[in-house]
Amino acid sequence: MNNNYEMVVGLEVHAELNTASKIYCSCKNAFGLEVNSQVCPICMGMPGTLPTLNEKVVEYAIKMGHALNCKINSVCKQDRKNYFYPDLPKAYQISQAEVPLCENGHLDIMVDGKTKTIGVTRIHIEEDAGKLLHDDSFAGSLVDLNRCGVPLIEIVSEPDIRSVAEAKAYLETIRSILQYINISDCKMQEGSIRCDVNVSVHKIGEPFGTRCEMKNVNSFSAAIRGIEFEANRQIEVLENGGVIEQETRRWDDAKGESILMRTKENANDYRYFPEPDLLTIVVDEEKIAELKNSLPELPNAKLRRYVDEFGISQNDGALIAESVEKAKLFDEAVALKKGTPKGIIKWILGDISKYINETGKSVSDMKVTPERLAELVGIIESGQISNASGKIVFETMLTEDKGVSEIIKEKNLSQNSNTDELEALAKVVLAQNEKSVTDYKGGKTNALGFLVGQCMKASKGQANPGMMRDIVIKLLSE
Amino acid sequence: MELFERTASELSSMLKNKECSSVEIIESIYNRIDKVEDKVNSYITLCKETAIEKAKEVDNAIADGKELSSLAGIPIAVKDNISTKGIKTTCASKMLENYIPPFNATVVDKINAADMVITGKVNMDEFAMGSSTENSYFKKTRNPHDTDRVPGGSSGGSAAAVAAGEAIVSLGSDTGGSIRQPSSYCGVIGLKPTYSSVSRYGLVAFASSLDQIGPIGRSVEDVAMLYSAICGGDKMDATSKMREYPDFKAGLSADVSGLKIGIPAEYYGEGIDDSVKAAVMNAVKELEKNGAVVKNISLPSTEYAIKAYYIISSAEASSNLARFDGVKYGYRAKDYTTLVDMYEKTRSEGFGDEVKRRIMLGTFVLSSGYYDAYYKKAKLLQQKIKQEFNDTFNDVDVIITPTAPAKAFKIGENSDNPLKMYAADVCTVPVNIAGLPGLNIPCGSDNGMPIGLQIIGKEFSEQTLFNAAYAYEKTMGNLCKIPSLD
Repeated sequence: MNNNYEMVVGLEVHAELNTASKIYCSCKNAFGLEVNSQVCPICMGMPGTLPTLNEKVVEYAIKMGHALNCKINSVCKQDRKNYFYPDLPKAYQISQAEVPLCENGHLDIMVDGKTKTIGVTRIHIEEDAGKLLHDDSFAGSLVDLNRCGVPLIEIVSEPDIRSVAEAKAYLETIRSILQYINISDCKMQEGSIRCDVNVSVHKIGEPFGTRCEMKNVNSFSAAIRGIEFEANRQIEVLENGGVIEQETRRWDDAKGESILMRTKENANDYRYFPEPDLLTIVVDEEKIAELKNSLPELPNAKLRRYVDEFGISQNDGALIAESVEKAKLFDEAVALKKGTPKGIIKWILGDISKYINETGKSVSDMKVTPERLAELVGIIESGQISNASGKIVFETMLTEDKGVSEIIKEKNLSQNSNTDELEALAKVVLAQNEKSVTDYKGGKTNALGFLVGQCMKASKGQANPGMMRDIVIKLLSE
Repeated sequence: MELFERTASELSSMLKNKECSSVEIIESIYNRIDKVEDKVNSYITLCKETAIEKAKEVDNAIADGKELSSLAGIPIAVKDNISTKGIKTTCASKMLENYIPPFNATVVDKINAADMVITGKVNMDEFAMGSSTENSYFKKTRNPHDTDRVPGGSSGGSAAAVAAGEAIVSLGSDTGGSIRQPSSYCGVIGLKPTYSSVSRYGLVAFASSLDQIGPIGRSVEDVAMLYSAICGGDKMDATSKMREYPDFKAGLSADVSGLKIGIPAEYYGEGIDDSVKAAVMNAVKELEKNGAVVKNISLPSTEYAIKAYYIISSAEASSNLARFDGVKYGYRAKDYTTLVDMYEKTRSEGFGDEVKRRIMLGTFVLSSGYYDAYYKKAKLLQQKIKQEFNDTFNDVDVIITPTAPAKAFKIGENSDNPLKMYAADVCTVPVNIAGLPGLNIPCGSDNGMPIGLQIIGKEFSEQTLFNAAYAYEKTMGNLCKIPSLD
């Protein structure tokens, strides 16, 4: 991006909530089932049907409000947003206009080791629309209404974001919080989080520019690409002496470009008005407080604790804290006080993350429980087995449902720390490698590594490597 | 006396005493329909087969000595905007000409549970918009007392069927007077219940915050009985009220001594026919003779009610009727090019003029830049009107007004003048705006055409309204005489 310019970005994140049923009827809220199988007269918008609010949706949204430090509006209403589209059977979406359930919050994000606070304008509840299906195998479009009435929250940020990196950090932090409070599945590929992006650019030191809204951004990576493209597009227009018009654009991720959808003059008039079929939402203060107390420790607080209490680096701490599963494994393993936090984190960020990434499995799918991990790290740290043996134990644990000591015993991996035995073994090895011994004594000190290695090999990896090394040095200097 | 001429209460005891069968009752009704329907045109759909089937079931149950509701075996006509599973529910619109709901409205489940026998679906103004039933896509219903005149509307079919003896009782819906005004024109008894006392689930919405389903019959007892059967909170309707609803028939009392009746000057002024004023005041005098106390009162915001009504009801209608877009069910235009073209043609061809007029009006008052000036102001007026009624009910128990400014007008008389048509609702609209119950009872006639009065009460005071009407009925005798239509 042209260095003379700064971008100003605001994000609207739509997250599908993982309630058991839909927002206004009792249909199942589930993804990937047979087309039009999770529908009823209500979510299909049949004449005469009426919505009834799923109160879980209100609770989930309030939790997110608390997590983003919002003011919770204990009294608010729902409104109709009117527009015609074939995936919207009632021709209006029930949403919240004037007064959202949550507003005036903020969220801390971390970029390049620095904390920045992004304002959260509002969070409101609304219903999702259905989906249009297009395929070469049939003419025209078909409509799948399974998604119709799936509950959504829309989280609107202030235009506080100034770079692509900040946008990325904001989106990732939002996702992490949604997962921590367990109100959304956050599955990008299933469209459970989507966003609309507002971008403007201005020369540094000058007032803000005119913003453009970009819709149809279906993944975080698309959002990042979209913001970058849109900022550069606007700069190019300005640099060529043009003016930015307020408009709505559609992001085409395949082509990597935004396309004009409508100008301000053609903006939709949604004719919002209070939904007469639903009563005012009234949540008592006790419930609001109860929901606040029910929140788990959130990623930012976890990270602070890891850095402050365990001396873990900012980077490693963030990698653990942003993942609900890894943080859970870490916290539970640390609590057992068998291995050190630093020792445990090394395994989680190393072998465990590698395994998860390679297999696509989740932490909970693994047979490596917090107890086993803590025990393994503890045994390695106490010198009972070598690091190399530890890896063997770990590999075995991944496939076999066995405990650490059981595997060590079975595979005979126990580390040998008996001085006499190690010395006897070293003597045999040195006798078999006279040339290397001579080399060492002649000043070729790197022969030491080879000799220690040969001793370890001879012990089948069971020798305590530190002791082995000391013994070899001692024998060589005799 | 033929069975179709009797009231539900009479038929109920006859069934109990085995003086007639349910099948005989329904046959009497269909004979009457065969005889007069081509003059009255009440029905859009007749359900003779299922009705006789149901009547047989009731007879068998009676023969088996089963305990049945007091409405079991009673024929009932249902307005065609109330969803009936497996039976066409057209809203008298081309848009829904062939629409068959896959579910029952809650009230239909309730009348089925009471073992009532549905005779058919009755005519109405398209989507309940109108005051004459002339806005039906299918046919014009005629007033049984003078077939050159309208039956009123929008529940014209519901009122005419009961008045003509084509049903014993019926269900209508009332958004601005649509039960009371046709009841007045046809000389029957009709209740617009307190908003939230009857579930709207399955009632095809016109104006959600004003719509209410209600009973029509030829005796106060019948209307009270049917209201007891259909009222009650419903978890399918978030706006319905969960509370104790009494047995209104059991609670009937003709004792009105000490009942304070308010007479609001604004409902007896210009635009109200002298014959109507005289008939209503005569009825009030009868109640006074029975011990009621009459008080002159004022409801100064009345003149704003109809303005607020047309803004609020049209705004909600424009949104409620947006779902009729040709995509999922109902009418779709034959020839179109794009999606927008399909929407435009479908809605232009599928809706009648009055419906289109209200959709345009409603779309306008909600649009950006006009919302505050119209919709928001109308909602403020609504609050004011409500408050005025509430204050008044500190001083009086009920308010009595004319139901309509005049007797039924001639078919075609107001067709080209929507504003004159809207004025027919001037006395009934404020009651919907305030969410109150209102009951029409016949109180005289003008050259053979019925005149009705409206009793208005505070929220959930239906028993008080029934009792006042019951006292009048006891004094005057049968209020609803079926015309011969020969």
